[in-house]
Amino acid sequence: MTNMLQVEGLNVSFPSRDGPVRVVRDVTFTLGRERLGIVGESGSGKSQTGRAILGLTPASATVTADKLSFDGIDLRHASAKTWRSLRGPRMSMIMQDPKYSLNPVMTVGRQIVEAYRRRGDATRTDARNRAVAMLEAVQIRDPERVFEAYPHELSGGMGQRAMIAMMLIAEPDLLIADEVTSALDVTVQLDVLRILDGLVRDRGMGLIFISHDLRLVSSFCDRVLVMYAGRVVEEIAARDLHSAQHPYTQGLLNCLPQIDGDSGPLQTLTRDPAWLA
Amino acid sequence: MSALIEVRDLAVTFGSRQSQVQAVQNVSFDVQQGESFGLVGESGSGKSTVLRAICGLAPTSAGTIKIDGKLLASPRDPAFYAQVQMVFQDPYGSIHPRHTIDRVLSEPLAIHGFKNAEDRIEKALNDVGLGGGFRFRFPHQLSGGQRQRVAIARALILEPQILLLDEPTSALDASIQAEVLNLLDALRIEKGLTYLLVSHDLAVVAHMCERLLVMQHGTRVEELTRTALQGRDATQKYTQQLLVASEGFKAP
Amino acid sequence: MSDVSTRDWLLSDRPASRRQARLGQAYRTWSQLRRNRLAMVGLGIVVVLILMAIFANVISPYDPIRGGDLRTERLLPPSWAHLMGTDDQARDIFSRIVHGSRLTLMVVALVAIIATPIGLAVGTTAGYFGGWVDVVLMRITDIFLAFPRLILALAFVAALGPGIENAIIAIAITSWPPYARLARAETLQIRDADYIAAIRLQGAGSARIIWGHVVPLCLSSVIVRVTLDMAGIILTAAGLGFLGLGAQPPQPEWGAMIAAGRRFMIDFWWVATMPGIAIFVVSLGFNLLGDGLRDVLDPKGET
Repeated sequence: MTNMLQVEGLNVSFPSRDGPVRVVRDVTFTLGRERLGIVGESGSGKSQTGRAILGLTPASATVTADKLSFDGIDLRHASAKTWRSLRGPRMSMIMQDPKYSLNPVMTVGRQIVEAYRRRGDATRTDARNRAVAMLEAVQIRDPERVFEAYPHELSGGMGQRAMIAMMLIAEPDLLIADEVTSALDVTVQLDVLRILDGLVRDRGMGLIFISHDLRLVSSFCDRVLVMYAGRVVEEIAARDLHSAQHPYTQGLLNCLPQIDGDSGPLQTLTRDPAWLA
Repeated sequence: MSALIEVRDLAVTFGSRQSQVQAVQNVSFDVQQGESFGLVGESGSGKSTVLRAICGLAPTSAGTIKIDGKLLASPRDPAFYAQVQMVFQDPYGSIHPRHTIDRVLSEPLAIHGFKNAEDRIEKALNDVGLGGGFRFRFPHQLSGGQRQRVAIARALILEPQILLLDEPTSALDASIQAEVLNLLDALRIEKGLTYLLVSHDLAVVAHMCERLLVMQHGTRVEELTRTALQGRDATQKYTQQLLVASEGFKAP
Repeated sequence: MSDVSTRDWLLSDRPASRRQARLGQAYRTWSQLRRNRLAMVGLGIVVVLILMAIFANVISPYDPIRGGDLRTERLLPPSWAHLMGTDDQARDIFSRIVHGSRLTLMVVALVAIIATPIGLAVGTTAGYFGGWVDVVLMRITDIFLAFPRLILALAFVAALGPGIENAIIAIAITSWPPYARLARAETLQIRDADYIAAIRLQGAGSARIIWGHVVPLCLSSVIVRVTLDMAGIILTAAGLGFLGLGAQPPQPEWGAMIAAGRRFMIDFWWVATMPGIAIFVVSLGFNLLGDGLRDVLDPKGET
């Protein structure tokens, strides 16, 4: 199975006082067992693309697509029952801020155990052992303590890892990571990326890595979609990013300050209205 | 020549006697007139607390801070605020949501009894590249980058010598970050300002600052010049780690 | 200026003057409120109440105090001559209700004018300074909160003599503590915001920060709360009137009118029912308006 996920002509629009606002426009891509990066600035529609795939678009919005299928299952008209069987066990999403994604009044361990038991009949002790093993796998040094801890007792990086453990314990085939590392310190960032990298490598998971950080994405992913104002303006292999064609991609790369750069003015990005055409 | 900003053995402690948190310990550095100095570190390194301690928003439990050779009075006197101003990290949280830009800019002038408020507001808006069309807007009618420009205009309107910049671009998109950094650079040269910049991003600090201090867990790690940073001449392991991490992900 | 261009001028993204910015903001709030139909019903009721109070002399066909012929015009059922009938003193009930709106409005306005500023001042000061200021002010608030409203009003009236003014004072001093608590809670959230730190760094004093920066942000939720409380205040005033401790006869106060009609409830239902309906409608109006205002003004409800 090369193309686990197929997206063709995906559109998402939100109603507003001045008519619908199209936040995702005609996005088309496929995903195999690889790391796909989606890069763009705020408002580029990258997060909404990820949410639309998982059917997590807010109810007020309209989603249309020519094709939206996961492992041969048409997601456009999926029933609530189909979604239940897919979300969690087969596809999952990690959000930016673990504070809002973990239940604050339940211990981390219980939440992970619950996520595991939801996918099949596992005994309590079995689930617990799996959960602790998973916490260990995401490089938490003291898994027993974290298992008993409440989310607020964990640091940002720790919470993010616990969150990843919870999403991964069900062993999904597809994982969407939405700005998972943006709130983390650089050194922790790399730890988290290493975990995700290992999962893609060892388990053949498909990963969509959504981020605003072009440099990080280009060093981590295999392929990159660059989004601007709801559209994919460029699709490029990560290693060819320096030879990107689209002026927006080039602009994004060049406007970043470099440690080795001179202290002259940074290049700025001039937005061309023609990009929207 | 004595330094414009002189921080010696600064310590900041939060909390009551039962649960004390040492946010900053034994931090010392000097910033010369016209220089741009960076404080680099990860979250919890105490870098922002140092800024807040300088302007009196955080309590100093030990050590001294001198501006222009004079020890700072506590609470700070009005003259201090005309000399030192600050730009905050989050442009969405640092401007009052119910005040027009006009009100935001005219209030400091009213506090310090400036006469030519009209001209100064016009000039401040032009200085940060916004122009008069923005003067009567509310913050929600501005983008993040525009708000940060307003915050810079507000900091500059009292014509201070020193600008404390607390992660001024970390909440902005990369392309907007470039514009704001360029603006800050140009303003420093034009007005002869002294910057104390806090950032977690080594590249931003390397771009903006001649010298920098690396901090971790509230203490100093080492002080470097830009050239040393570019030459990867860090002596401490932590700084080396930061340098490696800033290069992005490397597959094991 | 045509209609369309006035609207554009108000909604402009780049207002050219302070006035335009402020009017534009007000217009946006108004057009948002206008879309809420129930709130508009509430607003309509409140506006009618205000108009009724202003033009009471013009609207009411009879004198509210002096009745008609006691032999022929007592306790008449509703008819075209007396829209809501007459009471046992041969007074036209409709005229009395119209004039009674002045008393109701006075109660509402005075309580709002007295209680809101006290609540705001106490709450924001306590929240902003924290520490012992907070402890002292909030304990005082707790003490006032512990007074049962009706009992305090009774005590007041017993000490100062019955009358609508004493009832208003009693209601006002028992209704500010909830506003103080609300304002304090809001202030605690605002206090540590960067924009407050920013204005402090500009050298602003505490009074300027509280009045210019904290109060405007607390104001909207307090206004919403006050509007929602209005129904309760009207009911309390009516209750005091009913007990004979508020407005004194022959003043046309709605609560007192119900009390007077109580004796004839079985045979002459309209005497007590008509002022009852008036109280019900006005309370409902304030509640609907308050709910609508909450949707528009309270930033927590925004998405």
